[in-house]
Parts: sequence; C-alpha cells; structure tokens
Amino acid sequence: MALDQSFVGRSYPPTAPYEVGREKIREFAEAVGDTNPVYTDAEAAKALGYPDVIAPPTFVFAVTFKAAGQVIEDPQLGLDYSRVVHGDQKFVYSRPVHAGDRLTVTSTIEGIKSLAGNDILDVRGEVHDEAGEHVVTAWIKLVARAAEEA
Amino acid sequence: MTAKISYADVEVGTELPAQSFPLTRATLVRYAGASGDFNPIHWNEKFAKEVGLPDVIAHGMFTMAEAIRVVTDWTGDPGAVVEYGVRFTKPVVVPNDDKGAVIEVSGKVGAKLDDNKVRVDLTVTSAGQKVLGMSRAVVRLA
Repeated sequence: MALDQSFVGRSYPPTAPYEVGREKIREFAEAVGDTNPVYTDAEAAKALGYPDVIAPPTFVFAVTFKAAGQVIEDPQLGLDYSRVVHGDQKFVYSRPVHAGDRLTVTSTIEGIKSLAGNDILDVRGEVHDEAGEHVVTAWIKLVARAAEEA
Repeated sequence: MTAKISYADVEVGTELPAQSFPLTRATLVRYAGASGDFNPIHWNEKFAKEVGLPDVIAHGMFTMAEAIRVVTDWTGDPGAVVEYGVRFTKPVVVPNDDKGAVIEVSGKVGAKLDDNKVRVDLTVTSAGQKVLGMSRAVVRLA
C-alpha cells in the first residue's frame, strides 16, 4: 500500500540531547580503522582549532538514524520496515561534531514517492547543538521494496 | 580548520591517493558495536540468506565511512569536509573465510567551487563491482 502523500512536510519533535563522548568517538574511529589523531588526541584536535576531539564525518549517522526512528515507526505513516533498504545518504556540515556536544535532531519528511510498487521515503534530520547552532543536516533515503504479493 | 592541501595546487582531474580497505566478519561485528547497527544481515549468514542475500554483507554506512578516508587522509583535517553523499548501489559481500572482502576507493577533483572548496568524485568498488554511486564530497582546502 502506497504511503500517504499528506505526510510530506511533517516534522517530529526534537529528540532528547545525545551527548557525544570521547571514548565513543575513539571506538568508532577504531572500528573503521582510522588512525587520524584528531579523533583520539584532544591536543591534536586543538592544534587544528577544535575544542576537543572531533568525530569522523559519518559518526553522526547513529544519532540521526535513531531520530529517524520516530518517522520509520510512526504507526500513522505505516512504513513496512522489514522491506526497507538504505538507498542514499547525505550530510551537509556547518562544523564537525566534537566530544562534549549535546546534539538534538529534528526530523522532517521531505518526500514520499511510489515507484514501481516501491515506497521511497526521504527524511531530513537537522542536528543542532546545545546553543541552538546548526551542526549538520543528514538526509536519508529509504526504499521499501514492493511486497511480493498484493 | 587547516587542510594541508592548497586550493591553488589542485585542478579538475587531480587524483587523490587511492586506498584499499580490507574487512572481515570481525570488522563488521566491531562496526556493529561502534555504530549501534545490529541488523543480522551484517553478521548472521543464515539470516542474510533467508532474506535473499548471497551472504553476510557489510553495513552500507561502513563502506561510506571507509570511502571518505581517501578525502580526509588527503586534506589531513576531517573537519574540512562540508558535504558528503552517496548512493548504495550494490552490497559488499563478506564471506566467512580468512580473506573477507576489500573495498577499493579512488577519487579525483571533479570541480573547483567558490570559497576554496572543491568537489571530489569517489569511485568505490568491491570484487570489481561499483558498490557506491553518486559518491561525492565537498571539501574546503587551504
């Protein structure tokens, strides 16, 4: 069943703050095998002008994807998550995420399309810090494949 | 921000140093823990095959994280990345053997933009197949 177009433009309440920890950044950097010292050494990060260690560019996905759960699990929208694959992902940064950030995400449904029985859902997540300054915007495209039988 | 590459020193077509990123099942388990993505298609072969995949596949976000390293290692400052987007076109299949899989990433400057920014176009393959499409980053150079 096609998703309801009237959900386009709907925004969800900002999430509770996610506090970015130094050790979580270190764990992520190690998991992707990236030894750049700006992820693990606060002095190296400060030498580049940052207040603390910064996070690799895609680190924030875990935060924005969790926030997108408000949309994905919205019973009124009725997305069948068991058939969903990740189509596209994009980030636009005002600045890198750093340790100590307390980030909130506001998710908005930017688009709903139906193509050959597939539902395509575009969700934008605006990430702000505690001061209300923009940090990064994440766009996720989810594709719910057509059910095998109608 | 202090990128170590100067805008004046690059042209459209300038190639970034290519890199290969090997991964095994253990890499995926570790990434699952670090990212919080515990979808069983990334660690449970039986489950992956039941949903029609050839085998366990890497997290798309893992591949995306590796691909940008070609850019962040080039600039030195990961905070110089102002935009990064990809399309997930094919899965990276990771067999349960002692070899695993390899993600190959190359990049070149696709356009010079204003404000010392350049667009880098990335080519990302595994086992000879393109696994990311429309893989582009915008970075601010010195």
